[in-house]
Amino acid sequence: MYNQPSVAELVEAVKTFVDETAMPELTGRSAFHARVASNVLGTISRDIRARETNDAEERARLQLLLDLPDEEELSVLNDELSRRLRAREISANSAKLMSHLKKTAIAQVKVDQPSYSGLLQALKEV
Amino acid sequence: MEVIFFPLIVAKMSELQDFERRLSAVIERIYNGSAKLAAADRLSGGASQETWLLSLTGTDSPPDIILRRSPAATATTPESNAIGLSNEAQLIAKAAEVGVPVPKVLYVLEECDGLGEGFFMSRVSGETIARRILRDERFGQARAALPGQCGTALAGIHSISPTGIEALKVSGGLDQLKRYDETYQTTGIRRPVFDLAVVWLQDNAPKPLPPVLVHGDFRLGNIMVDETGLASVLDWELAHLGDPREDIAWMCVNSWRFGQSENRLGGFGDVEALLSAYAEAGGASFTPADIDWWEILGSLKWGIMCMMMYESYRSGAAPNVERAAIGRRVSETEIDLMNLLEKQ
Repeated sequence: MYNQPSVAELVEAVKTFVDETAMPELTGRSAFHARVASNVLGTISRDIRARETNDAEERARLQLLLDLPDEEELSVLNDELSRRLRAREISANSAKLMSHLKKTAIAQVKVDQPSYSGLLQALKEV
Repeated sequence: MEVIFFPLIVAKMSELQDFERRLSAVIERIYNGSAKLAAADRLSGGASQETWLLSLTGTDSPPDIILRRSPAATATTPESNAIGLSNEAQLIAKAAEVGVPVPKVLYVLEECDGLGEGFFMSRVSGETIARRILRDERFGQARAALPGQCGTALAGIHSISPTGIEALKVSGGLDQLKRYDETYQTTGIRRPVFDLAVVWLQDNAPKPLPPVLVHGDFRLGNIMVDETGLASVLDWELAHLGDPREDIAWMCVNSWRFGQSENRLGGFGDVEALLSAYAEAGGASFTPADIDWWEILGSLKWGIMCMMMYESYRSGAAPNVERAAIGRRVSETEIDLMNLLEKQ
């Protein structure tokens, strides 16, 4: 498949259209939804760029934390972490657990809502 | 297309005319014919609850009043937590008796009015939009006064006798944790931060206090603020009987600081100032650490609410971009939970 323009470029082109052409024409509820849509397009762009690296890092941390070096599936690893948390086999007392969850949350918010106040606070404390 | 939709448009128009006719009749009756409805403008509200600004003409009536109503067909569903508008009206009247700033309830709709469930109340002027209250220069004095005023108002709310309002249910911290955890589990999506928070909250729950009347959604967005501070406490539909610390902590949840994280109380102030005014006005004495557990519960609840709002998109019930996008705000509460839990 060709990749010119790339998905990332296409999304950015649509975001520019929404921000600079569509939004100024809209009022009320439509304007609100256009702003939400523009933010969503920003999230998509960041997700496209960051997902592969974020998933790889999250997977590596989980494999180590759970001692499951051969499990590749992220959802299986996270289900197992949830199970162990519920079974109280691992808790907030584990510095490795807390560090993993915080890094994962930081990576996720950087994609979802990079200007969120809680992110700035988390980065200060890392 | 015009041919197909014309009857629908006519039906909608006659529905609106019917609504305005019934509204006019009620207004003329309650003001003994000395006031007339000049205009009815829909302000906001979802499918089940509407807020209307009613402009009146007449000598003995205010120039405008507010109608809150839910059309009969969509009255409170049994699974909803909301207490229903006629109970809300009773509660607002009780709040006024103990000196809590609230709008004045002018009339509670009756079945024969044909307008559904709801009530008329006075229009209180001021601002509800959190970002303006937090940033506009004209609210500088209000921001300084608000922590104390909120403490006094909450002490008043928590002193209200719930007698006579059957719809108020007891819901303590662990009841809510259980309900929200069940909701989270039904989504089938695993977010380990939530599992961590649920288990931590289960294992560290403070001893419950005797239940008092709790507002249930006391935060910026649900209070009217003018230049002097708290003008009115609004949105009572989530009131219940529970732990007083729930109301104090909800306003502190980072999502309700609207970007001003450094000020724990709603983005505008210190919780210490609220707590001392609260105790001075007859409430219990709490330290800031006493509400930590409740703030963590609050962040978890908001995170699960965001998940549910996204679920309403996923299920096709609310197919709009806002509902889809809110699923990408769940991570905000994950990071807040991590920030809070690592300090415990």
